[in-house]
Amino acid sequence: MARETSSLFTRELVLGAARDSFPKLDPRLQIRNPVMFIVEVGSVITTGIFALQLLRGDTGNLWFVATTAVWLWLTVLFANFAEAIAEGRGKAQASALRATRTTTAALRRLPDGTLEEVPAPELQRGDVVVVEAGGVIPADGEIIEGVGSVDESAITGESAPVIREAGGDRSAVTGGTRLLSDKLVIEVTQEPGRSFLDRMIALVEGAERRKTPNEVALNILLAGLTVTFVAAVVTLRPYALYSGTNLSQTVLIALLVALIPTTIGALLSAIGIAGMDRLVQRNVLAMSGRAVEASGDVDVLLLDKTGTITLGNRQASEFIPVDGVGAAELAEVAQLASLADEKPEGRSIVVLAKEQFGLRGRELADHEALFIPFSATTRMSGVDLDGHRLRKGAADAVKRWVTEQGGVIPPRLDEAVETIARAGGTPLVVAQDNFVLGVVHLKDVVKGGMRERFDELRRMGIRTVMITGDNRVTAAVIAEEAGVDDFLAEATPETKMALIKEEQAKGRMVAMTGDGTNDAPALAQADVGVAMNTGTSAAKEAGNMVDLDSNPTKLIEIVEVGKQLLITRGALTTFSIANDVAKYFAILPAMFATTYATVPGHSGPLAQLNVMHLGTPRSAILSAIIFNALVIPALVPLALRGVKYRAIGATALLRRNLFIYGGGGVILPFVGIKLIDLIVHNLLGA
Amino acid sequence: MTANGWLQILFYMVALGALGYPLGLVMAKVYSAEITPFERRLRFLGAPERAFARLTGAVKERDQDWKRYGLAVLIFSSVFIVGLYGLERLQSHLFFNPDHLPAVPWHIAFNTAASFVTNTNWQYYAGETTMSYLTQMVGLAVQNFVSAAVGMAVLAAVIRGFARRGEGGLGNFWTDLYRSLVYILLPLALALSVILVSQGVPQTLHGHVVATTVQGAQQSIARGPVASQEAIKQLGTNGGGFFNSNSAVPFENPNGLTNFLEVLSILLIPAAQVFMFGRMVLARRHAFVVFASMFVLFAAGVAVTVPAEQHGSAVLRSAGVNVTASGSQSGGNMSDKEVRFGIANTSLWAVATTDASNGSVNGGVDAMTPAGGGAPLVNIFLGEVVFGGVGSGLYGMFFMILIAVFVAGLMVGRTPEYLGKKIEAREMKIVAVGALFVPTMVLTLTAIAVVSDKGLASVFNHGAHGFTEALYAYTSQGNNNGSAFAGYGGTPFAASFGGVAMLLGRFVPLLAALALGGSLAAKRPAPVSAGTFRTDGATFAFLLVGVILLTAGLMVLPALTLGPIVEGLS
Repeated sequence: MARETSSLFTRELVLGAARDSFPKLDPRLQIRNPVMFIVEVGSVITTGIFALQLLRGDTGNLWFVATTAVWLWLTVLFANFAEAIAEGRGKAQASALRATRTTTAALRRLPDGTLEEVPAPELQRGDVVVVEAGGVIPADGEIIEGVGSVDESAITGESAPVIREAGGDRSAVTGGTRLLSDKLVIEVTQEPGRSFLDRMIALVEGAERRKTPNEVALNILLAGLTVTFVAAVVTLRPYALYSGTNLSQTVLIALLVALIPTTIGALLSAIGIAGMDRLVQRNVLAMSGRAVEASGDVDVLLLDKTGTITLGNRQASEFIPVDGVGAAELAEVAQLASLADEKPEGRSIVVLAKEQFGLRGRELADHEALFIPFSATTRMSGVDLDGHRLRKGAADAVKRWVTEQGGVIPPRLDEAVETIARAGGTPLVVAQDNFVLGVVHLKDVVKGGMRERFDELRRMGIRTVMITGDNRVTAAVIAEEAGVDDFLAEATPETKMALIKEEQAKGRMVAMTGDGTNDAPALAQADVGVAMNTGTSAAKEAGNMVDLDSNPTKLIEIVEVGKQLLITRGALTTFSIANDVAKYFAILPAMFATTYATVPGHSGPLAQLNVMHLGTPRSAILSAIIFNALVIPALVPLALRGVKYRAIGATALLRRNLFIYGGGGVILPFVGIKLIDLIVHNLLGA
Repeated sequence: MTANGWLQILFYMVALGALGYPLGLVMAKVYSAEITPFERRLRFLGAPERAFARLTGAVKERDQDWKRYGLAVLIFSSVFIVGLYGLERLQSHLFFNPDHLPAVPWHIAFNTAASFVTNTNWQYYAGETTMSYLTQMVGLAVQNFVSAAVGMAVLAAVIRGFARRGEGGLGNFWTDLYRSLVYILLPLALALSVILVSQGVPQTLHGHVVATTVQGAQQSIARGPVASQEAIKQLGTNGGGFFNSNSAVPFENPNGLTNFLEVLSILLIPAAQVFMFGRMVLARRHAFVVFASMFVLFAAGVAVTVPAEQHGSAVLRSAGVNVTASGSQSGGNMSDKEVRFGIANTSLWAVATTDASNGSVNGGVDAMTPAGGGAPLVNIFLGEVVFGGVGSGLYGMFFMILIAVFVAGLMVGRTPEYLGKKIEAREMKIVAVGALFVPTMVLTLTAIAVVSDKGLASVFNHGAHGFTEALYAYTSQGNNNGSAFAGYGGTPFAASFGGVAMLLGRFVPLLAALALGGSLAAKRPAPVSAGTFRTDGATFAFLLVGVILLTAGLMVLPALTLGPIVEGLS
């Protein structure tokens, strides 16, 4: 699917959402959102009042009632629009995915070896299918025979093909992807209709969306506030009657709608959907909203060393010659010995020699060269060139080889080898015939920018733990270099699991990434388990998220999205409640403009509370509900994009958000309502 | 406002902190002890506590879950409501009734029973002419102790729930009750009554004294066991005076020293409980922040009321009253104020008594200026969480704290947690009930009271002032304060409505607090990280004060508009 994120709104999306806003008026759907349900009930009542007055021919305040009714309906529609637009983005992605799914047919191999053609949706778990080059893989499964390159762009959006082969951790294939070369025999691992693609469609479409725990908790608070505001408004009528003022139902409904937290009520579900969507934009599929929310709470991040923190392959970092040998000489021999070595270590030696001493890989065609590849028995490799034998390899192997030829081991060699080993590196001894030239230091290279990312995580309050199979010494050096907080050396699936349980017992939330089958139990145990899409299906089943890019540092972004989700809810809740102050100052003086007036019909003492100097009581009330309605679509972009998370520490973040959304929430409506009143009162003459 | 007056207020505030802190630490010890708190040094105290524990079954059931705890509170309180009602109705047939007072009318008896058992001490009667000595001592004075002890016990249980780490219940009600009474309330009350007696407060079982005045008229002067009741009335945030005019009567409050001690006693235990909380949950800095938030609201109340009273009102000025302070007169609004105490001490008392759910007075609130009288009303409407009633104040504050924590948690991007425990849907349900039930009820009852004929019968003044009377009456009763704005009549309608308001206003938040304690007791705390929002800094205090003001303010503003606000703007 195309995941190029353009603007939040396309014409098509907005029109579709506007259309979808109307069916959502169904009260059976609205009741799930108590705040907006109250607004809808208010709209119905106000419309009823309007209809009755029309029938009776009572035109006294007909215009006012009609306008109020319209704006109340608009409030509900704006809320529906917010939800629809959030859903609409998912729907577009889902239909693209669905197109992939429906066009597939499968070749099933029966136990006797014959092949039959069946529709892909009929495949059962355990069936064996054969896919030829150019064919679409009909279902999720494990490769049991063959190797092939697979185009997974339909799922990941990544156009470069990936290699999939039987056995090991890269044996899983996903239904809907295309085999580009060779032929695969695949055992189906999914039930019909429960494929990865099916789940993905359901997820992006929001069909399986359930309210997350925190959303439920917030809803309870909002519902509680709403009930209390209903009481405050309903009781206002008797209070007013006592004070000699008769408040119309329209005015009371307008006050109620203005007071209840409609802003957050209207945007709450859009915020949740958009949060999931933001993950999808980053090529992460969360199996539940609960997992996304949990990721915002993560305290400990377990990261595999290889591939995540380091580049995965050791790289030459230094040439250490023995006494009497120049570094350049050592570099030249090491480079020559590595020229034919296509392994990353070998190539890194060639590159380092070029970088440090300007040695270009010499053209060996006109020389008589015989390349000696690495073998497990000799544990070295090299080249025989012009009668010289150049070798590089494990320290003890090269030493033995030199001694066998009658050479002498230089006294300082062991010292250099040991220093490198102690620093967590791998020493590679270089020799020419019976003469040892020195040592190449191979080390794990930490990926660029890792330290900054870990610093950022620390500021977010997240502790990073590096997991590695290396010994403690090596692990400590790399941990230090990468800037992680802690490490687990000589890790096995058991020790990894024990670490997770130990952290959880201390009340911490643990996140980890994994791809192998032996990661599956730990992925399941972790609060947030992100499986790599390249991983086995066992790992993908066990995790609660799948990263389609298979990028382990993605966890940082996932945590940010989780936090953004909560922050956006909190910010809009604060904003919504803070708005009420201004609305009171608009509506209360309007309601009681003539209460306790010394001259009946003239302004009474409470008219002094009209600090905004709004035109008339009616324009004041209308301005308040118009502001209340308009603020919803105005905040839709914020709800969809999310309030930015900043790793500046919790207290500073709170102060900032409190200032912007709390302070802004108090001040903005004073300005907004006044401006709307200027239009409503002066231009439209209300 | 005179410098002298401000100095007295400052001295009061310093004394509150200086005495509250050590008392809080002692109280933490009292409730935290496994067996009896003073087993080692005061061995003789152990025997009666063990006997009480055997009697109530506390020996067998060390740890009750919140439901069992709540049930024990309800049973215990119901017994006293029935008993107190019976005593009032039958007092004419019982002893210690030297003035031969008749049975208390049913509606007053019910209202009073509910009032004293709920630690409200709203009084629809004049004590000296309605209640016999037996009713005063065995009924009301005992309730002053017991209802306060119930609140304190429940608070201890809730705090214990916060402190537990995923195991166990909330403790045993009977043990907590006994300790609150015997180790905290009785010694403090005893000490205070002795001082009061030394200052001339009567303590006698003899009836009225008949005096012949200078003009030769016969005057009957009420007296009785005043000092003992006065002490616990203040300490237990009860507020129900021996005399109708409460602490404005010289026999309850003879001089400046007694006035100082009495107004200090109002907030002493509630303030100490904040420090006790900090010690029990091992969050001293957080407790200071909670204390500071309460203190700011308290100081704000004082800062509004005192100048407002000193400034006087337009009505006073137009009537030609001299409101300018000078060396020979206090100036300001002295209407219904004791000249012995003056504006500063009367205003300080009015603010403290409404903050603390006490309700005792040393002057008339009804005659205060609109702003000066409005501040106490707002105080009560804040839900009695600014120090609040003994026990109930702080457990009510927990609801506000959790709302603040919830909003703060969202805004920093973490599932909200309090003292390391996650705040989820279940807790928010409890908090919504605990924080919003009482204001909703108060608004509803006031609405009924101002439109029904029976309700209107109680309203004394007309117009906005009459509305304030009704609003104040139900706010005060619903929040278990007991302070009266005066003027509101105790008709059968008003008395029974008020009784129901007091019972619901007491027990709904009380059970909600216990449920909250129970719910948090079952959770294991998570360790603090840089991403955790800290509740022990100024930002949180700011947020907490904001939440308290906004939650209560938004509920009560429309009603206030038609009461004190319109009065003030007229």
